[in-house]
Amino acid sequence: MSGGVDSAVAAARIAEAGHDVTGVHLALSANPQSYRTGARGCCTIEDSRDARRAADVIGIPFYIWDMAERFHRDVVEDFVSEYAAGRTPNPCLRCNEKIKFEAVLTRALALGFDAVATGHHARLVDGVLSRSPDAAKDQSYVLGVLTREQLGHAIFPLGDSTKAQVREEAARRGLTVADKPDSHDICFIADGDTRRFLADRLGAAPGPIVDVSGEVVGTHEGAYGFTVGQRKGLRVDRPAPDGRPRYVLSIEPVSNTVTVGPRSALEVTTIVAARPVWNGPVAEPREPLACTVQLRAHGEVYGCRAQLSGDEVHITLDAPATGVAAGQAAVLYLDDTVIGSATIVTAA
Amino acid sequence: MLPEAIEAMTAQLGVVGNASSLHTAGRRARRVVEEARENIADALDARPSEVVFTSGGTEADNLAVKGLYWARRARGATRILMSAAEHHAALDPAHWLGDHQDAKVELLEVDELGRVHPQTLRDAVERDPESVALVSVMWANNEVGTIQPVRVLAAIAHDHGIPFHTDAVQAVGQLPVAFAASGVDAMTVSGHKVGGPIGAGALLLARGVDPVPVLHGGGQERDVRSGTLDAPAIAGFAAAVRTAVDRQAETAARLTALRDDLIGRVREAVPDVILNGDPVNRLPGNAHFSFPGCEGDALLMLLDAKGVECSTGSACSAGVAQPSHVLLAMGADAVRARGSLRFSLGHTSTRDDVDRVAAVIGTVVERARRAGLS
Repeated sequence: MSGGVDSAVAAARIAEAGHDVTGVHLALSANPQSYRTGARGCCTIEDSRDARRAADVIGIPFYIWDMAERFHRDVVEDFVSEYAAGRTPNPCLRCNEKIKFEAVLTRALALGFDAVATGHHARLVDGVLSRSPDAAKDQSYVLGVLTREQLGHAIFPLGDSTKAQVREEAARRGLTVADKPDSHDICFIADGDTRRFLADRLGAAPGPIVDVSGEVVGTHEGAYGFTVGQRKGLRVDRPAPDGRPRYVLSIEPVSNTVTVGPRSALEVTTIVAARPVWNGPVAEPREPLACTVQLRAHGEVYGCRAQLSGDEVHITLDAPATGVAAGQAAVLYLDDTVIGSATIVTAA
Repeated sequence: MLPEAIEAMTAQLGVVGNASSLHTAGRRARRVVEEARENIADALDARPSEVVFTSGGTEADNLAVKGLYWARRARGATRILMSAAEHHAALDPAHWLGDHQDAKVELLEVDELGRVHPQTLRDAVERDPESVALVSVMWANNEVGTIQPVRVLAAIAHDHGIPFHTDAVQAVGQLPVAFAASGVDAMTVSGHKVGGPIGAGALLLARGVDPVPVLHGGGQERDVRSGTLDAPAIAGFAAAVRTAVDRQAETAARLTALRDDLIGRVREAVPDVILNGDPVNRLPGNAHFSFPGCEGDALLMLLDAKGVECSTGSACSAGVAQPSHVLLAMGADAVRARGSLRFSLGHTSTRDDVDRVAAVIGTVVERARRAGLS
């Protein structure tokens, strides 16, 4: 229970359904003030109090589990080292994979619980994950990395509801978090300034910004501060020959080089992804499978053919996509149902 | 609360009157307060004028530590000698004085059973007796139950004219507590630990011991403590102290037997359990254990689900369990400290309660071990 409205209503629903429910709030920072000041949806003292108060109203026991070390190691440090390696990680997805449905689930099972329920907006029916009816709030993408085993011990009680319905229900149940603002951004970066957060940890590492021809067009303070597809904050000295905006095309950590170019150069149609997880109702595709793929949180959905080849998934898009960054997850769907995922390695 | 305390308190709840007012209703309230004061003084071997009512133990500890420090600092004494195993209500004011008001806080070492050795205090005092503002050592430890040699320690302080404070919150009702005979100058007592209401307590202050006030205002209590007196709560507090002290010997005998049974049966179910604190000189109602390989939090949760309510010690403001400073001071490592639980027995505890713990502790510990240390 993060202290937000979703997990509060999720807990209320399963308690009402007759499960023996215990509320757990995760302390994710050894010093909660250092991550966030003011309640923004998770990770603060105020949030832990909101969660406790919600548990009181629902009438379930409530405990705080200290996951700060695990979170720091598996999410925060991973986040920093992924950027340092020129990739773009998704820490929410990583937290689901490593904290909520690994560290928490393992501990819960050992203590005699059967499942971890969360306030995620995604449907889970008989272990099969699919999209929330609330397209704007759908979180199936950040859950797409979970294995069948993990999904087998998960419950998402909000799966059939829209956010508006959840808020309305919270108010009806007397939960004071009913109108608490949604959390967004990255919970461990208090001010939302990711570049500065990374700079504080990785130090300044000036290097060249080059265009597709290899010509140096500017300098940067650290290649880790960039994401493929990024347009703002490039600080390129000269305008492009065609006068059009330039985008980050690639990040090369070894030579510390950021390559920029026109939007058209961002377009990719083939993607190679590693660490595949097959968690859906269909077998892993040894032959090309016509399906759809989502390439970042709240991103567009593309028709594609996906095929497992060794330890990699090869994805061929029906139409070009832009802003495809290594480190992000490619989550595969059949209609609204998740069938698997893998981490993007390269795109062309 | 004890029925005697509920009766005494509820009898006053519907009655109007401010004990500081001079009219009839005020005089009536004043009488309730003064009878309570006499009752508490009589039960604890003090004079009525030595009882200063407070809102509880925390306020009394703050008044003693800060108030005595401020009074003595005026004479150049700035060292505060305090056991490392004190309650936060005494430790934190001392550290605050250290951080903001030039106090030099010296924590007196405790041994592996949590005891302050008289020689430790003597050595600390004699390094420079003139500079010691006060000494504070609790009567019995709230976490591990160890009883301190308060009378001997107070005598050492007195040899050098240094005021001695003791937090006796845990001791009253469980141990014989005599204020005058103990020789201490200031003693903290709390209502809810003796079966009285939460929110009532007292600092017993020997004649001539005058801390600087923490709360300024109407000066209702000897000009040392201000605030309108809560006559109903004070009446309940006094009834609880009276009853608990009258029954102390009987309570101690009953709880000691129950506690020893509890310790024996926990050891049977969990052979590698460690009993913390002094095995003999401990509070009758206290059993404090470390369970190797377990997280105290997990034990607490599993026991609570089985109807057994116990405590792991303190949590930070966000609610994360912190290793106990008391256990750390006794030489335990952080892992052992975090795998610790306190079982408290009181006037409502029965043999059935002990049976319940004995029935579930084995499986609970096994399960917590499987969950391990996160």
